[in-house]
Amino acid sequence: MAGNFDLNQPLMGAGLESPADEEGVHVSFSQLIAEQIGESPDGFELQQLQRALNDEDRDYVGELGSAFEYPGRGLNDMEGEDDDGGETDPQDGLPWSSATLKILSSMPSRTIGRSRGAILSQYYNKTLQLRRRGQSRSSLRDFSRSSRPTIRGYGMEVDTTDGPESEMKKKKERLVNNLQNLSVGERLKMLRGMPVSVAEKKELRRLTLQKDKPPPSSSKIPCCSQLKFYIIIAARHSWYSWLSFLHSLQPWQFLFKRIGGRFGTGVLSYFQFLKTLLLFNVFLFLVTFAFLVLPQAMHPTELPVGVRTFSGLELISGAGLFTDTVMYYGYYSNSTLQKSCAREHNASASTDHDCVSERLSYNMPLAYFFTIGMSFFITCIILVYSMSKSFGRSFRIDKSYSILAMKVFSSWDFRVIKKSSVELMSQNNCTQLREILAEVVQKKEKNGGCQALWRLMVHGLAWAICIGGTAGCVISVYFFSEYMHQDLQRTSRQTNTHPLLKEASLLALPALVSLLNLLLPSLFSLAAWMEEYHSPSVRTYVALGRNLMLKVSVLAVLCYHWLGRVAANPSDINLMCWETFVGQELYRFLIMDFIFTLLNTLFGELLWRLFSRNVLRRSRNPAFDIARNVLDLIYAQTLAWIGVLFSPLLPAVQILKLLLLFYVKVTSVMMNCQVPRRPYRVSQMTTIFITLLCFPSFLGASVCVTYTMWSIKPSSSCGPFRGLRTMFQAGKRWVQELEKNNPDLSVLARVHAYLVENPFFLFVGAGIFLIVIYFYSQVVDGQRKVIELLQEHIEEEGAHKKYLISKLQNMHESKKRIPRRLRSQDSGC
Amino acid sequence: MNAYKRFDKLVPKEEKNRIDYRVRMEDILELPELKFNPFKERICKVFSTSDKKDGSLDFDDFLDFLSAFSESATLEIKSHYAFHIFDFEDDGTLGRQDLKQLVNCLTGKADKTSLTADEMKQLINNILAESDIDKDGTVNLSEFQHVISRSPDFVSSFKIVL
Repeated sequence: MAGNFDLNQPLMGAGLESPADEEGVHVSFSQLIAEQIGESPDGFELQQLQRALNDEDRDYVGELGSAFEYPGRGLNDMEGEDDDGGETDPQDGLPWSSATLKILSSMPSRTIGRSRGAILSQYYNKTLQLRRRGQSRSSLRDFSRSSRPTIRGYGMEVDTTDGPESEMKKKKERLVNNLQNLSVGERLKMLRGMPVSVAEKKELRRLTLQKDKPPPSSSKIPCCSQLKFYIIIAARHSWYSWLSFLHSLQPWQFLFKRIGGRFGTGVLSYFQFLKTLLLFNVFLFLVTFAFLVLPQAMHPTELPVGVRTFSGLELISGAGLFTDTVMYYGYYSNSTLQKSCAREHNASASTDHDCVSERLSYNMPLAYFFTIGMSFFITCIILVYSMSKSFGRSFRIDKSYSILAMKVFSSWDFRVIKKSSVELMSQNNCTQLREILAEVVQKKEKNGGCQALWRLMVHGLAWAICIGGTAGCVISVYFFSEYMHQDLQRTSRQTNTHPLLKEASLLALPALVSLLNLLLPSLFSLAAWMEEYHSPSVRTYVALGRNLMLKVSVLAVLCYHWLGRVAANPSDINLMCWETFVGQELYRFLIMDFIFTLLNTLFGELLWRLFSRNVLRRSRNPAFDIARNVLDLIYAQTLAWIGVLFSPLLPAVQILKLLLLFYVKVTSVMMNCQVPRRPYRVSQMTTIFITLLCFPSFLGASVCVTYTMWSIKPSSSCGPFRGLRTMFQAGKRWVQELEKNNPDLSVLARVHAYLVENPFFLFVGAGIFLIVIYFYSQVVDGQRKVIELLQEHIEEEGAHKKYLISKLQNMHESKKRIPRRLRSQDSGC
Repeated sequence: MNAYKRFDKLVPKEEKNRIDYRVRMEDILELPELKFNPFKERICKVFSTSDKKDGSLDFDDFLDFLSAFSESATLEIKSHYAFHIFDFEDDGTLGRQDLKQLVNCLTGKADKTSLTADEMKQLINNILAESDIDKDGTVNLSEFQHVISRSPDFVSSFKIVL
């Protein structure tokens, strides 16, 4: 209605200048409306307006009753509030007449979304835009800030109340017409997105399809196409039943519902993250199993040493019996595997065709290299894709806060169905609303300088404690690993140590690291307890940052220890095969981490709950610390990714571990924990977790693996890359051989040489990437400016609307007064 | 299939053969997913297409309800229905009374968890200042959708799973 206020509409001004000229107002209103629809003016609205304005005697206030908000209060908002929250009608507000109220109640902004006609018109416009697609809007660059852009092109809808049936039918027909001209996919999307009832949608769909093709009578179809028809129907039926079967097969759906029902979406996101990690590991496992483990298992290599006996320690230490199995790198042969060939597999890679067999041959080193490379590449793509999707969902261009409104409108978690949880949530909501309200009010007060200084000091102290703790941790891991290394050197020179003892001593380093990982986050939360933050989200980010810092530094030290010390001089500790040793180390770390997590969950949380209930006398259970648990998961996953190169079966271990962890955590949460008190912004945190999984975790692991493949010399007596200078050479060699056999492919080889080894190309690529990012950031800035402009515009329109309504009201009052005066004069005579 | 089974349980035995039977509101409110939800009556009223406006749902309405609260519903559908659920007075906008009732539903009925009159007034003033763009004293559907589109948590919390 209040859409088009071009400056070249003098009629409006003229109409209002002379209050007695009511006709002028009518005409300009109907003109306005006509311009919006873009068709001949609808007589209906004009009639309604006239009817409403003319009828003064019938009072509809009783009907409207309390269901209508006195608009006068809206005006009074600007002048200052002194009414008491809306119980009584304002005595100081302008009393609108019944006619004005009736018009106001049928305004588009109030009835949009309620009348079906409005929704149909809205979607008609949308489908029209989709059809045209070339609709260009006037560029806003040309407008100065003072002139307001017209929003004619944005498709304002005017709606009628559910008037005569013919109006509805016409609208429906127009909409159906448009729908038919869209493609099938878009049509489906449009229909799905319409907020009308299912019955309406069915009707629309039927109408759309009906006009498409006339239904063929069954006698006219030749029998072969009838058969095709039946086959298609049968296929569709079976597809639907397969889909519903899959859906019911989804693991843990019932558990997820229970957890969500009791704890809300926040805690549920942890378990969903666990499920995501499980899927990643399943993928990795399938790939390595199919391409590495299976072929090698079918061609067993001879074991170099004598038979080892199984002692229970293998499960934890990964050494012993497991050493020369498919589990570790050292077992894999370095030559082409062939089926019915009784040849000895010796050190040099051979492609000789002395053994002719019609079976397929399988080049093991190449397979190893490419499998690891491809699985990392695909994981990278999946991670980046899910990260960008999640980021796109949670990123908002608009910088302005509307925290209270957002909180009130979107904080009720409909998933929660348990009574006690609902009560708790209500309590939480109350507390959080109070807190935010206090924050908003407090922002206006300025802090004294002394208080700010004190807060700064406390923050500084907490950070000092955390950084000191991390540094201490890192140094202790460094020196302990060096000590263990020297200890290993010593024991390897002696030959009379018990092998089991030697294995057990290898467990010391993993145990220390897991212990530190367990204790230090508690220290961090203790330090954070004495700090005060502006908002709870800042607190969460700081805690996350500190924990992340700890884990990254510990992992960095460990990588240095393995790649820098062990791999560099493997003969120091009498190792035939350092890769197998590193693989075993990683296995040990994973298992130790798992054991410590289990102990912490089973005993730690139980003890803490008893402690807080009985000693601290708190009435609530401790809250489930989502951030800390997710970081633990990410840490374990990083270890698994680093270890895939050295131990192809490590994903299987990780899968078993995650499955067990899931059930243990579910049980523990159900028994010991409670709905978290602090507000938890789920989608933002989920984005952050996926980002953390991608950036420090996966990136670090792939840097580690790439460094290993690129520059570390593989051991010369075991594994698929023995004898080569670096693992990467396997790929290069293959390319060279291809080139030799097939000179046409030399182009490929040269391209490969330029792309991969020439740093110039990388710089150019990075430059282009940066330019694209800069371009997109400028676009986002521009969109922000447009949003500001549009908001100003809407405010001005609102002011216009109020002005018009009050003018209308005044005119109506004056018109009522004049006849009454005349009548009283008449009666007086 | 699951939805049909659940709906079927609510239909009394003698009416099972009628296709367009409408389940009464009281029976719908007994569903475990809705039992303790403070918005349950509004949900029934919003999704009901019955002429008597008594909140009864037939199977089509039930499907509507499930699809609006499902994973795959778009933001637009969810915000549309959320607006109508929060509009307690059914007048097409969220006025002060609607907002007050909404906040009361959020904070529960118990005395110690509800806000004082002053806090309520302050809260509603702030909400209107933040979300009422055209300053008419109420939040209409477009303004509501504007606020919701900036809140990424809305989609994940506006879900009911059967």
